Amino acid sequence: MKDNLMKNITPDNKWQDLTPGGFIYASGNSAEFKTGDWRTATPKFIEEKCKQCLLCVPVCPDCSIPVVDGKRLDFDFDHCKGCGICAKVCPFDAIEFVKDGE
Amino acid sequence: MAISERLSGNEAVSFAIKQINPDVVAAFPITPSTEIPQFISQYIANGEMTTVYVPVESEHSSMSACVGAQAAGARSMTATSSCGLAYMFEMLYIAASNRLPITMACVNRALSGPININNDHSDSMGARDAGWIQIYAENAQEAYDNFIQCVRIGEHKDVHLPVMACQDGFITSHAVERMELIETDKVKAFVGEYNPEKYLLNPDEILAVGTYDTPQYYMEHKKAQTEAMKNARQVIKDIAKEFETISGRKYDMIEEYRMEDAEYAMVIIGSSAGTAKEAIDELRTAGVKAGLIKVRVFRPFPLEEIAAALKGVKAVAIMDKTDSFSAAGGPLGAEVKAAIYGKVDGLVAANYIYGLGGRDVRVEHIKLVFDEIAELVKSGKQPETYKYLAIRE
Repeated sequence: MKDNLMKNITPDNKWQDLTPGGFIYASGNSAEFKTGDWRTATPKFIEEKCKQCLLCVPVCPDCSIPVVDGKRLDFDFDHCKGCGICAKVCPFDAIEFVKDGE
Repeated sequence: MAISERLSGNEAVSFAIKQINPDVVAAFPITPSTEIPQFISQYIANGEMTTVYVPVESEHSSMSACVGAQAAGARSMTATSSCGLAYMFEMLYIAASNRLPITMACVNRALSGPININNDHSDSMGARDAGWIQIYAENAQEAYDNFIQCVRIGEHKDVHLPVMACQDGFITSHAVERMELIETDKVKAFVGEYNPEKYLLNPDEILAVGTYDTPQYYMEHKKAQTEAMKNARQVIKDIAKEFETISGRKYDMIEEYRMEDAEYAMVIIGSSAGTAKEAIDELRTAGVKAGLIKVRVFRPFPLEEIAAALKGVKAVAIMDKTDSFSAAGGPLGAEVKAAIYGKVDGLVAANYIYGLGGRDVRVEHIKLVFDEIAELVKSGKQPETYKYLAIRE
């Protein structure tokens, strides 16, 4: 049984090179799994309307609103699945929610 | 010196578990396997074992507890029967696909319904595709010997799969037989310590077990699992050879009984093999060249061994102690026919369903089967696709 320490498993790996049972010998690697392409609608951050109240940050199920020095930045579109909760919760209309193709 | 004893199958397996002294046992009582967790609880209460017993509220939980414990790095065991095994169904697959070598004492009992507590193989045969190794015992001696070997087989580095050590409910589990036990120090030395390469409680390494598998990986993981099952064939043979050195008893994938020059053969699993051997001795005395293939290991399936053993045979009766309700026979019938396809020419293969829900199978029933397959050869007729043995009609 192949038992090598694989931190960067890719779909090019042969079955012999995968870990037994799909065990993962590393932590914090869910960030490497990009879920942004699941989106069918996209939140748009309107910075000039934002008061930095940060109500949107804890409601995001995918931790896709990065915060640096107490201020939120634009969305992490690698992981945002486009659920729209942030747009609903924003009291200042600083997040527009646009369905793809509109 | 081996210890001469008289024990039931449940007592024998419980004694093996006591000798092995695993890290964890999690089990829920169900007839006819109830005695196994009962005896183990007593051993633990008496200070004869240091195993942690997890008293769970169901079989889904007992298998879940074993999955968790084994992934944590603990040697884990359970026992169950019938509906208890069915209730574990989801977790059986988790154990196998996560490559966790849990050992289960499976005491075969009919699955409901109509509700029935007696022996047949519908429970473990229903779980035959769950990815567990399955080894069946003919009697209490084999139940004991198999269980000890199962621990080594599952934990082998080329295998890493869970193992069911099956015995027939009541017929084997509750009947007391004379048998030989192996000294505890020898059993402990044979089984050894469980030292997995990767386990969750290792403070020096990070590990995630049971993660989601996307379509890009799932099939490769299944391929690795099926290769492990193939590897088990050689491992089972190697461990049987090693076991012979401490016990003097021989084991293999199948057992052939009077097959050397047999013209008529029977393929069977479990305790009824003993009845069949008696019938074959009587038939041989009467001049009928009858023989028996006892399938000891059902998963991985011994297709090459069975095909080789059936070479030169005129007719075979394949005996299923369960019906798969495929309307085409039982699982052993289907797999033996697949094993001989293209390998054994001109063999008449009849599939019988027998002994369901504890229906007694006697020497005369086995002789009747041999009469029927001999008649098929004589008349040149093909058998029915499958039939129920000695059914009232």
